Amino acid sequence: METLWRGLLEALHLLLSGDPEIWAITWRSLRISGLATLISLILGLPAGTWLALRSRIPGRRLWFSVVHTGMALPPVVVGLVVALFLWRTGPLGRLGWMYTPTAMVIAQVIIATPMVVGLTATALQQQDARLRWQLLGLGASRRQLIVLLWREARLPLLAAVIAGFGSVISEVGASLMVGGNLRRSTRVLTTAIVLETRRGEFDRAIALSVILLGLAFAVNYALTWLQQHDEDGEP
Amino acid sequence: MSEALLTLHDAVVHRGRRAVLQVPHLEIFPHEVLAVIGPNGAGKTTLLLALAALLPLEQGELRFRGQVVQPRRALAYRRRIAVVLQEPLLLRGTVYDNVALGLRLRGLDEDAIAARVEPWLRRLNIAHLAQRPARRLSGGEARRVSLARALVLQPDILFLDEPFNALDTPTRNQLLDDLQALFRAEGITAVYITHDFGEALALGRRVAVVMDGRLRQVGPPQEVFTAPHDVRIARFVGVETVLPGRVQSQHAGYLRIALDAGWTVDAVGQAPVGAAVYACLRPDQVTVWRAEPPAASSARNRCHGRVQRLMSLGAVVKVVVDCQGAAVVAHVTQPSLTALDLHEGAEVWLTFKASAVHVVPRG
Repeated sequence: METLWRGLLEALHLLLSGDPEIWAITWRSLRISGLATLISLILGLPAGTWLALRSRIPGRRLWFSVVHTGMALPPVVVGLVVALFLWRTGPLGRLGWMYTPTAMVIAQVIIATPMVVGLTATALQQQDARLRWQLLGLGASRRQLIVLLWREARLPLLAAVIAGFGSVISEVGASLMVGGNLRRSTRVLTTAIVLETRRGEFDRAIALSVILLGLAFAVNYALTWLQQHDEDGEP
Repeated sequence: MSEALLTLHDAVVHRGRRAVLQVPHLEIFPHEVLAVIGPNGAGKTTLLLALAALLPLEQGELRFRGQVVQPRRALAYRRRIAVVLQEPLLLRGTVYDNVALGLRLRGLDEDAIAARVEPWLRRLNIAHLAQRPARRLSGGEARRVSLARALVLQPDILFLDEPFNALDTPTRNQLLDDLQALFRAEGITAVYITHDFGEALALGRRVAVVMDGRLRQVGPPQEVFTAPHDVRIARFVGVETVLPGRVQSQHAGYLRIALDAGWTVDAVGQAPVGAAVYACLRPDQVTVWRAEPPAASSARNRCHGRVQRLMSLGAVVKVVVDCQGAAVVAHVTQPSLTALDLHEGAEVWLTFKASAVHVVPRG
């Protein structure tokens, strides 16, 4: 208990003193996970929309099962598969991406994309199916229809983004395996917490944990604010 | 009649692998309101969606102003029409935003949009709601917004799918009055889906009957209501007395039908002698007497029986009379009920004209 208390005080001190390494790790985590979330959004939003709106896709149920399984992918398995591809002797070994932020982004995209696809498809499927007829019947083109449906489902879609970001900012297995936790290169909040804990540097580990929790809180607060804003009937 | 604005020909619509609608031929003419009636699940909404090119045709073609509408390239056509579904399905945003939606989809600038939206907001008595969130409106207000959203587009054809369903009667009647006035003033071409005969009679210049996914009859309202093509349509459009029999003789435009119940009725119409038919009679065409009616009455048909059942329908009372083994239904007003002292078991005479009896083939 004393360790925890001392650790919290030390963490506060580290945060307030602006330890450059800690802030560098934080910024790196945000960059890598933010980019991975953005890419998973670019891939997942259209894929989820296609899955939700196209009822005549061959093997549609199978696709849904694949996506749902993907939503529960263990990060270490993703890390293993990406490592096998990027390893020097692997099919993409020539690219030299192993133990780089790029490898971490790839792994995180694989983790977050099924989340975005699955939650997007669910959000759009929950809408009244007649809304599509109504919008097309008012003269919407296919593209306008999709934008309007996204706008109407913006809260669940936002939740998909948050879930995707949350799944990658907090994962450690894949980042450790393909990033290698290299100082000033691939060390992110989660891998740094593992390292500091192993070293017995609990104060630093706690400081990093507080930052990670703070990030999660900030993101959830933003979501809650948006939801409240919407429920108040603001246009 | 002028050239058809919209034609659906030899059309079959599938849902999954099942054919849910078959329409040999249907035309919609400029400035007419076609009321489509039929029981729940008959395929009325499917017909509307097919006419609006919102459901693909498995077979057949849809033509707008003579040009075939290709389902995958229907945007130009869909921008000439507007659809109002059963639920208002308003989007997030204000009432103004919702009414302006279709115009924004067409890329009009905001000044042009305001110039078109504001008159329609006033016309439908929702101008005071313009800045209100659309999802916080009452049912009647939301329906008005949904109508304004469609009418502001000045569509060549307006498709309405039971737009006033599930509204309380006063609100519904008010909206129907407003819509009827609008149709008349603007000469709007519309397809109006309903299962309410009153709405169909009030709004429709022609009525189409859809049953079991098939277009069964199209014609002026009076024709459909007084001369239905078959007994199922007859029952659906409110013919309550359906008497099976056979044509006994034909003379001077009159048919004499020997009813299975053992008595005869005269009807105006054509049918071969010996043909199995149903004699159909609307309840409002039957007169109830407590004493034997005078022989000089213009009604050729009369029968004698006892009141089996009375049922109040609000403004009128339904009287079911057992006429020698056949149930004949009449409607009388509440004052008539009192004046005639009608009660269950009362002895009565019924009269009805030959022209009130509509004959449809049996089998």
